[in-house]
Amino acid sequence: MGAVVALDALFNGGRVWKGRPAASPASVHPTGLAALDAVLPTGGWPESALSEILMAKDGVGELQLVLPTLARLSAAGERIVLVAPPYTPYPHAWQNAGVDVRQLSVVRAEERDALWAVEQCLRSGSCGAVLCWPRKADDRALRRLQVAAETGQTLAFAWRALSEALNASPAALRLAVDARPAQVRVLKCRGGLAHPAPIALVGH
Amino acid sequence: MRWVCIVFPQLALDAVQRMHPAPDEPLALLAGTPQRRVLQTVNAAAHALGLRPGQSLTAAHALVNTFACAEYDPVEIERWQQFLAAWAYQFSSQVSVFYPRALLFEIESSLGLFGPWPRFEARLRKELTELGFRHRIVAAPNPAAARVLANLYDGLAVADDQALMQALAPLPIDRAGLDPQAAIALSRMGLRSLAQVQALPRHTLARRFDATLLKHLDALSGQRPLALGFYQPPDRFDVRIELNFDVQSHQALLFPLRRLTGDLSAFLCGRDSGVQRFDLHLEHAQAADSVIKVGLLSAERDAAMLFELARGRLEQVQVSAAVRGFRLVAQDLPVFVPQRQDLFDDRPQQTLPWEQLRERLRARLGDEAVQGLRFHADHRPECAWQAAADKNPCPTLNKVQRPGWLLNEPTLLAEPGVQILMGPERIESGWWDGADIRRDYYLIQTRAGQQGWAYRTVGQSDGLWLQGWFA
Repeated sequence: MGAVVALDALFNGGRVWKGRPAASPASVHPTGLAALDAVLPTGGWPESALSEILMAKDGVGELQLVLPTLARLSAAGERIVLVAPPYTPYPHAWQNAGVDVRQLSVVRAEERDALWAVEQCLRSGSCGAVLCWPRKADDRALRRLQVAAETGQTLAFAWRALSEALNASPAALRLAVDARPAQVRVLKCRGGLAHPAPIALVGH
Repeated sequence: MRWVCIVFPQLALDAVQRMHPAPDEPLALLAGTPQRRVLQTVNAAAHALGLRPGQSLTAAHALVNTFACAEYDPVEIERWQQFLAAWAYQFSSQVSVFYPRALLFEIESSLGLFGPWPRFEARLRKELTELGFRHRIVAAPNPAAARVLANLYDGLAVADDQALMQALAPLPIDRAGLDPQAAIALSRMGLRSLAQVQALPRHTLARRFDATLLKHLDALSGQRPLALGFYQPPDRFDVRIELNFDVQSHQALLFPLRRLTGDLSAFLCGRDSGVQRFDLHLEHAQAADSVIKVGLLSAERDAAMLFELARGRLEQVQVSAAVRGFRLVAQDLPVFVPQRQDLFDDRPQQTLPWEQLRERLRARLGDEAVQGLRFHADHRPECAWQAAADKNPCPTLNKVQRPGWLLNEPTLLAEPGVQILMGPERIESGWWDGADIRRDYYLIQTRAGQQGWAYRTVGQSDGLWLQGWFA
């Protein structure tokens, strides 16, 4: 038997290398929800990619998810484009959430032209984030948006009905927002396993 | 080397051919009286078919029947020369159209900006080729010599007076720009080249010929300056293309449109201005012109962008009759201010600036499609926003709870089980403009968990009206 060596001495001497999971790099686009950031592989919204937010009905906190991000982008002087939003954004509420509404642009378009407009905005690379509400977008349309977001290195957000969760989607991140209880579930995230447990949404 | 002469040997043909999508088809320009039409010029393809300038049209038709005809119009040629002068105005402020079918301009003062002469010349050639004009370029110390040398040479650059004398000496008499009668008289005297004429004693020349000969010889050698009138660019752009056939679809208009917008861009570069509004006229045989107005939010002059915007507008127009002619008119030419671009921009290379993107969206979706958003100081929710962008930052607002989404029209909340979470908040306002309201607002939650903003009009019991979602 050799001499007994204290573990501490080995570690402190630097003679034993310990494998440790490396701390993931801080994302460029944190969601503003710390619990959600923690379970996402990139630590926030996937860069230059399409993120889908699915909800069964309006008014369940689906906008709250992105408002901190929009506030940060607009403060940095980035342009935020809303293509064919379902309702009018109330400037009072958006401003109270920290969004500089001067950086907001609303594009009015029919359903048919809306996807074209989204793709143009994403591809141009001159916007910080593009928000859209496609109603009848199929797999190929979403694939186009995803490629456009990659080309223009722009954040893309799409809000869709929860029933679309059954269909596959090329989006890099898919979140589902539930109303009762108020929570967010990660359905798909590129570069990691989807976190199984839901994350509570405060304020809803 | 101070003056450049650009000769357009085929100006009339080029002006017609550049408007055609297929320039290689045989083409002949016709002149003469209606009784006796004569071929004025033919292009290479027509020449290969055996057509020659000076043939009568009937003789030409007897030879071959498959060539296109167009009118030889001196006014049109004059107009194209003016257009080319407008193009050249971007390189020099001293542009002259003194000689027909040629441009003269002074370049020594421009070389500092446009680089050494070989690079400058390459640029001139590239732009002229893009515009669709064949050309010969010669640079010389004085304008008369440049014009005469351009008769024989292409790409010649004469540096100083000594080299100029050497270049002029071997010129044949009949190509030296002399008065034709004088040239014939000189050649009958046995003189063949310009050097022989220059060697003659001046007083004998003065006795045998009128004064223009000696004046021309002095202008060639630079001893006598040539008085040139300089070109002034016009304040409007108006170019028309006559289509040779009835056009039914916008596809066939795209090629002329590309030419027109390209010409407009070249014209604007020459003036160093931009365009904010221009009109496209579609001319019909019977009816009045259809006018398409193209408006931009800021002054632009990029050819590709102008084409794309005009195309977006053109594609949406429905025209009742076939189109015979196409015209582009720009009246208002404001100063062009280039976009500021960051040197250390981390965006990808092919990025399209927001202004151009906005114009592209407006071109397809309509002028009102892209809106801003701003807060308006009014307590009534439906009046608390305006679809326009603010210039100044908005003052800090009070932290009352307001929904992120506002419904376009309030809807009656019919479903049961609605729970009131907060309220009432009385909003009573608008007595001054007739749309006054008295409402109690509540933060509500539906059975499905949606949070909304609903009101009940004071004094009425018709239930809750939903006006927004706390999304």
